[in-house]
Formats: sequence, structure tokens, C-alpha cells
Amino acid sequence: MTAAGQRSPELRPGPAEPAIAVDGVDKSFGPNQVLSGISLSVATHEVICLIGASGSGKSTLLRCINLLEPIDAGRILLLGQDVTGPGVDANVVRRHVGIVFQSYNLFPHMTVLRNVTLGPMKALRMPKAQAEEAAADLLARFGLADKRSEYPDRLSGGQQQRVAIVRALAMQPQVMLLDEVTSALDPELVAEVLDVIRELADGGMTMLIATHEMGFARDIASRICFLEEGRIIEDAPPAELFTDPRDDRTRRFLRRIVDAGRL
Amino acid sequence: MSKNQPGDDSAALFHGSDEPLGPPGPLTAALSAGAPMAGSFGTAGRGPRLLSGGGRRATAISTLSTLVVLAALVAIFLAAPGSSQVRHTFFDPHDMWQSFIGNPKQGYYSVGEAVWLNIRMFLAAEVLILVLALVIALIRQSTSAVLFPLRVLAMIYVDFFRGVPLLLVVYAIGFGLPALRLSFVSYQSYAVYGVLALTLSYSAYVSEVYRAGLNSVHQSQVAAARSLGLTQGTALRYVILPQAIRNIVPPLLNDFISLQKDTALVGVLGAIEANQAAQIYGSTVFNYSSLTVAAILFLILTIPLARFTDRLIDRDRRRRLAGAVR
Repeated sequence: MTAAGQRSPELRPGPAEPAIAVDGVDKSFGPNQVLSGISLSVATHEVICLIGASGSGKSTLLRCINLLEPIDAGRILLLGQDVTGPGVDANVVRRHVGIVFQSYNLFPHMTVLRNVTLGPMKALRMPKAQAEEAAADLLARFGLADKRSEYPDRLSGGQQQRVAIVRALAMQPQVMLLDEVTSALDPELVAEVLDVIRELADGGMTMLIATHEMGFARDIASRICFLEEGRIIEDAPPAELFTDPRDDRTRRFLRRIVDAGRL
Repeated sequence: MSKNQPGDDSAALFHGSDEPLGPPGPLTAALSAGAPMAGSFGTAGRGPRLLSGGGRRATAISTLSTLVVLAALVAIFLAAPGSSQVRHTFFDPHDMWQSFIGNPKQGYYSVGEAVWLNIRMFLAAEVLILVLALVIALIRQSTSAVLFPLRVLAMIYVDFFRGVPLLLVVYAIGFGLPALRLSFVSYQSYAVYGVLALTLSYSAYVSEVYRAGLNSVHQSQVAAARSLGLTQGTALRYVILPQAIRNIVPPLLNDFISLQKDTALVGVLGAIEANQAAQIYGSTVFNYSSLTVAAILFLILTIPLARFTDRLIDRDRRRRLAGAVR
């Protein structure tokens, strides 16, 4: 089967601790139920893509895992630890969970280098020299070495999003959450960001990716989850979900995507 | 017909006023030195450069129109029936100089010296306001349930001090606190009470400016900062506040320009600041040129801050357009 299929047996024998385990999570904004009883498990080194229409709950699910949104019911476990229980320091949890947003959200008043080193220096108390060295290495790895002294508004969208990814990576997270990271980009800039994500996947990074890029999802994901109205309708390897979806709603969604020329 | 008539009129006025003001040489030179000031109005220093395309013609027109307006105003002033009286009472060079240097033996203070008290009160109040207003703004922006009583207090504070005239606050503090005869609080100088009153009143305004600034920073910036594991305080310190303050520098400095003038209100307590010294001169010598001196001194204080504000706005705009300029 897929890469994950080959990896998981040798990774951990028996029921290994999943990197992320979402267990019956509910979330509403006022009267608006956004997540209803979502359960999902992501093994270490696994890449899972969340697909679904806008408003299906993909982003909210990612924000809940990062504890940016409190959940109403259920549990979220990171590396076997319940992070939604009482007395959990959200700041400590977030240091292990990188998230990248659709609109980059770089700090506009800081240079690229400072954007990347802020987290390690202030949250991890890393000495400045060490943080800058690590940041420079990461920036160089993703072709951004010459941009370190620029301010974000001098960069293209693709460059900004790559800096945002580097900023999250600088915290050396256990898992990465990517929230439609290419949706705000001009089409010709999408590839450079997808290449970065591909490289992360090849390096064994555990990732949960909300995306509209179906072709990319099919290439990279070990499993695809289709969400509708806050529920996971179908959860299957890409070969299966894209060619022979079991649920009618999945089929309808994919037909719309194909009709729009996006697959 | 009716179209031509006013056009001819203005042309006549135009020439009429140009002639009596004498030789064009030194005057145009003086005005073109002033021209950048006129150009900087609103566009912060871009004016002259914008005009340089249209070149001399635009400069000449702006110079002449300025000249015409000034000449007209001076003419009206000089032609007024009470002009010589007013000039003697408010613009007498001898009295202006006397009030500026002061003469304790004659029973009046130096306005020039008294203005230092305004400056000191302004500086002290400014620092206190920046701190107190930020605290109030942060309390009002907080969301924690524990802080609810503090939020209510902060709201009442802001409503109260924005609603009560500053003059009344100055009276209440300046005369009220000494009357209490408390051990430390009641035995301060009027300048200290003045600073206290200014701080109380202005902090209410400035806290709202801060609040607007904090609200102007998008929620996604908070999310980005917190997602890195930064605590609320660290996110505020390094991500939110720097952006908020950048956005509110112009209104903040605007409030401080106004604060510089309002230090004059402390004079009602009897503190010898510029305005009070000028009034004492006026009531001793029966000439109010001292007030003109005080006005000029306040202008000398406020105009640099106004120009500085313009420069900051301009620099910020340039940096935003050009990215990394360091």
C-alpha cells in the first residue's frame, strides 16, 4: 500500500501511541455546531489530509488541536497525553505542535530572522546566538537564506508562507498542522510551498493538513479524511477515497471538485 | 458679465497688495524659505517634491497666494479702529521683553523662566500617563472573569475623567487634597497636584487611544504568537503592543501636544507657570503683552512636537512602502 503502510509496522509494534488522537470532540460557536463527535488518530510520521468544503470544520479541528480554541466535549491526546484536561499548560503543549495558517500571519514589524527566532528565544529560552544559527540553517534549507533581514511585506506570498513554515519548524515541533496553507497564494506560487511540505513529509514529519489541493493530497497523504458539517464522513487511503469513495456525500464532493477542474 | 467682474476684482486685489509690500526680491526669498512649511501641510514633506514637476509656476502661485492672504490679514488688523490700542496692549516690544525676563522687585515673575515649570509638569505627566493609560487599557481589554470588578472600575474611571472638565479636576485635586490634611498627600507643591490632575484626566483619554491601537492588531497575530507557545504576556510585549503603538503614535502625540498647553491650567492653583506669570505681569503693569509672550512660548513648545509627529508618520509610511530600511 502506501508509505504509511510500509512504515507503521516497523515503527512500533502493537498499539503504538498515536501522535495525535482526537476522541469525540464537539465544538460550537454559539448556536453553530462546527465539530460533532470528531474522532481521528494520526500515527507518528503519518501524513493525513483533511478535505471538505469551506465551513466543514477542517480549520476549527486544527485550531482545537493547537488549543487555540477550547473544545466543548471529548478529548485530544498528544503523544498519549491528554491536553484538554484541567491543569494543562497550553503554552507547553503548543511548543510541541506547529501550526501554519492560511494567511501566513507573519509578524509584520519583525524581520524574517526575528520572526523565526522569537518563539525559540521567548518560549524555549534558547540563547539568541543559538536561535539565530538554527533559524539561519532552516531558512537556508528552504531557499530563504537571502531573505533573513527582509520584512515580511517585501516577500512574495509563497516566500511568506515558507517563512511561516520555518517559523513553526524552529520550535522543533512533534507534529505540524497546516491550515490550507496554499489557499491564499497565486497559482504560480503554490508549487514552492507544496515542495516544502513534501520535503517535510519525506523527512518523517507527522502532519495533519487541511487542503483544497486534491492532487497534492493524493500524492502525499497516507490517509484522507473527508469532512462535512463537522463530521468525518470517510477516512481512507487516497487511492481508495479518490477512486472508489464509499459514501454518497464524498462522491458528490469529489464530483464538484472534478467539475471545477481541481483534480 | 457677472463672471468677469469678480475675476477682475481679484486681479486688482492681487496687484494692489503685491505693490505696497515692496521689492519682490527679498520677499520671494523669504517666502520660498517658508514654502516647504506650507507644502508639508497634510502631505508631510512631500509637497515641495510634488510641486517640482510643475516647477516654478506652482511655487510662484503658492508664494503669491500666501502673500496675498497674509497681506490682507495684516491690512485688516492695521485698519481696525482699535488697532493701535491693541498693538500697545498686546504687542508692545518693551513689555514683551520685560515680562519675558521678569523683575521680582517690581512684583512680577519671568514668563520665560515660568515656562520651565510647564515643561517639567508636561514631562512628568507624560510618563505617568503613558503607564497609567496602558494599565487601564489592558484591564479594559482583559477577558478573564476574575478581573470583572477591575474592568468595571476602569470603565467608571474613564467615563468619569472624560466627562469632568480638566479645570474642575485641577481644582478638586489642588484644593481638595491639601484640605484633607493627610500626612504626606496634603503637603505637596501645586505643581505636583497639577501633574496628578493632568495624569488622572489624560489617562482616561489616552487609555482609549491605546485600546483602539490594541484593537487594530488583528486577532490572527494573537493566534500566531500564542501558537508558538508564547505566554499571553510575552505575546503582548513582543507582538501585539509594538504593532498597536505603531498605529497610535499620531493620535498619542496629538494628545501630548494638547497636554503641553493644558499645563497652563495648573496656574489656577497659584503655581507660577507661564500663563500665570503672564497674568501677574498683566495685572501688575496693566499691559498684556506678557500673554503674547506666553502664547509664543507655548507655540515654541508645541510646534516641534507637531513636526516630529509628521516625521514619524512619514518615516513609518516610507518603511511600510519600502520594507527593510535600516
